[in-house]
Amino acid sequence: MAEARGRNEFALRTRLRDIGDHTATFLAILSTILVILPLIAIFVYLVLKGASSLNLAFFTQIPKPVGESGGGMANAIIGSVTLLAMASLFGVPVGIGAGVYLAEFGRGTKLANAIRFTADVLNGVPSIVMGLAAYALIVVPQHHFSALSGGVALGIMMIPTICRTTEEMLLMVPHSVREAALGLGVPNWRSVISITVRTASPGIITGCMLAFARVAGETAPLLFTALGNDFWSTNLNNPIAALPLQIYVYALSPYDDWHRLAWAGSLVLIVLIVLAVSLVRYVTSRGVLKGAS
Amino acid sequence: MGVGIEVTNLNAWYGTNHTLQDITLNIPANHATALIGPSGCGKSTFVRCLNRMHETNPVARVTGTVRIGDLDIYEGTTPVEIRRRVGMVFQRPNPFPTMSIYDNVAAGLKLNGYRNRRTLDEIVEKSLKNSALWDEVKDDLKKKSGASLSGGQQQRLCIARALAVDPEVLLMDEPASALDPVSTSKIEDLIFQLKSQYTIVIVTHNMQQAARVAEKTGFFLNGRMVEFDSTHKIFTNPSDKRTEDYITGRFG
Amino acid sequence: MTRIRFQQSLEDLKENLLVMAGLAEQAIQRAIEAYRVRDLSICDLVSRSEIAINRMERDIDQAALDLLAMEQPMAIDLRFILSVIKINADLERVGDAAKSISDRVRLMERMPSVELPVDIPRMASLAEDMVRKSLQSFIEADAELARGVLTMDDAVDQMNRSAFKALTKVMEEQSHQAPQALNALMICRSLERVGDHATNIAEDVIFWVQGADVRHHKSVAAGNSAEVNKTPASAAPAQD
Repeated sequence: MAEARGRNEFALRTRLRDIGDHTATFLAILSTILVILPLIAIFVYLVLKGASSLNLAFFTQIPKPVGESGGGMANAIIGSVTLLAMASLFGVPVGIGAGVYLAEFGRGTKLANAIRFTADVLNGVPSIVMGLAAYALIVVPQHHFSALSGGVALGIMMIPTICRTTEEMLLMVPHSVREAALGLGVPNWRSVISITVRTASPGIITGCMLAFARVAGETAPLLFTALGNDFWSTNLNNPIAALPLQIYVYALSPYDDWHRLAWAGSLVLIVLIVLAVSLVRYVTSRGVLKGAS
Repeated sequence: MGVGIEVTNLNAWYGTNHTLQDITLNIPANHATALIGPSGCGKSTFVRCLNRMHETNPVARVTGTVRIGDLDIYEGTTPVEIRRRVGMVFQRPNPFPTMSIYDNVAAGLKLNGYRNRRTLDEIVEKSLKNSALWDEVKDDLKKKSGASLSGGQQQRLCIARALAVDPEVLLMDEPASALDPVSTSKIEDLIFQLKSQYTIVIVTHNMQQAARVAEKTGFFLNGRMVEFDSTHKIFTNPSDKRTEDYITGRFG
Repeated sequence: MTRIRFQQSLEDLKENLLVMAGLAEQAIQRAIEAYRVRDLSICDLVSRSEIAINRMERDIDQAALDLLAMEQPMAIDLRFILSVIKINADLERVGDAAKSISDRVRLMERMPSVELPVDIPRMASLAEDMVRKSLQSFIEADAELARGVLTMDDAVDQMNRSAFKALTKVMEEQSHQAPQALNALMICRSLERVGDHATNIAEDVIFWVQGADVRHHKSVAAGNSAEVNKTPASAAPAQD
């Protein structure tokens, strides 16, 4: 009798456990869909709204004066690329360098703790405040807006993300790998660069791309630094156009023409970011496996 | 050619922990010497003092002398220099995960500036042959990564990597403890062959392994070296009762 | 203490060997008793115990082999098992010697009894004493007692040589007594062999307890300068 009851209880508990398992799986899948759905929705909406305005002119011409239809955002596209290149040139080395210091050379020191704290704080600073800071530090002394100040502002915003990710990735490199390098009579600095950093490079690169993707769409810091430009600009000391800036201006304008351009610009911005990230992934995945023979 | 190692009054501390106490012994050149003892007896620490690897721990401290050949490794030279003459193979195989087999073996040379392609090719081949791995990997040298090999192969890869920089001494810290019996036998056969060219010090938990590969054996207990004698003597008729109790399994 | 099962196995091995030793000792005693009183029923007992001794020899060898293969014994444990294997063989030979003596007794029983100039019971008691002492040294792991056995062998050898001389003289001068004399000679030889086996057992005990190989010490002690092939430890075992 008791045995039968026991068996029933066991069967019931198993059943409940299965139900719980299925529910959890369902909820997980649901959450994933809920996350991806907005992304897909945005993308689809952008395509619907903006694809029609994409033509050769969009990519080759600068904005036409108010009233004339047509024109493009060519200068803004080039401008964004320029700004992001400058930001990366500034932010990536500094960020990685700080991360390497935190993980490899400064462990436990007060300086390292201070750097980490600063990075975390910087991460939380609103982007418009960052723009104001760049304004005060670069624009005001130079007495003019410039692409340079925009690049610096964006670069500074990249640093905390890159720094923290680099540190985390380096810490995840197993101690045994470091020991192997040291045991071969490789100096510590060389071991860090050629072995530890190299082992952690996929993660470090991901960190850089995260930072890149984040600042690619930033508008506020550029308001007081790069300012925007309706014409081609090649001098880094002059204001420069940028996609997010241009989209912002056009979107707030009362002109339908400019609205359409804004939609097209948004679509192009998203696509550019996706392309950049994919390109980096492709290049590095091939490079890492093949090794530097 | 290998060189002998002379250790005199070696003491080591990790922080306040007096890990090694008054160790004095002579490790003969071109022989394999085994170090046995229960967990925590200090044998791994001792071996790390022979190539100054213990210094990677910031709270480590050492007094006493270690002479490798005629060189005092604590006074006359830097840790980096010493580690090029005294190679090390660790308990868990640790090939560089992002590098191919070729790059793994050549790592010690490349990272120290050697660039000549042909020399590197020769050295890589010679090292892999010396570690009995050449036949298994010669077609995939640059295509396969070091981490894609089996455990036993990875360990032989690490041995090849250590041999490539042409050390005089090879330290092995329980090299076969993570491996299956067949791989273990291969490594032991390897040690037997390498003896003629290098001086080998092998730390092992496995007494039968010490008996199989080493001419001399040292028994460590609680940071001291209790007995150091020919392997034959240690395992058939040791002088110290503590040694006998350990090897007959009465404790430890 | 660890390896309790293994320690127990070693104890069991020792015990089994001692049981077999008891059988071998008893066999020799019975064989000599049969000689003294010419009782054939005792000879039958000796024959039967020889079968038991042979069986035990196989069992003990098997147990020792298992321990060597499975337990990887070292140092003193290894020497112990090795000496058990050797003592095992010597004890079996002692059993064979006892049977050989009892066979001779059977033959002699059919012949007329004669007075022979040999004191076989006395020689036998010396040999038995050697066996007993060597086994005692094994039980107590006493190397000194074992060394004592080594010196007793000379007396037995001496008695054997005198018996040889006396009995060959009988065979030459009183040929009608030759069959009995010959059998008596074979019995003396068996007893001398028993002495040798006891010596071997004692040497094995010394090897086990001290790790010293003292075999064939007689040839060294006899001063054969060409034959200085003692092992490193045999010269001064106390140094170990």
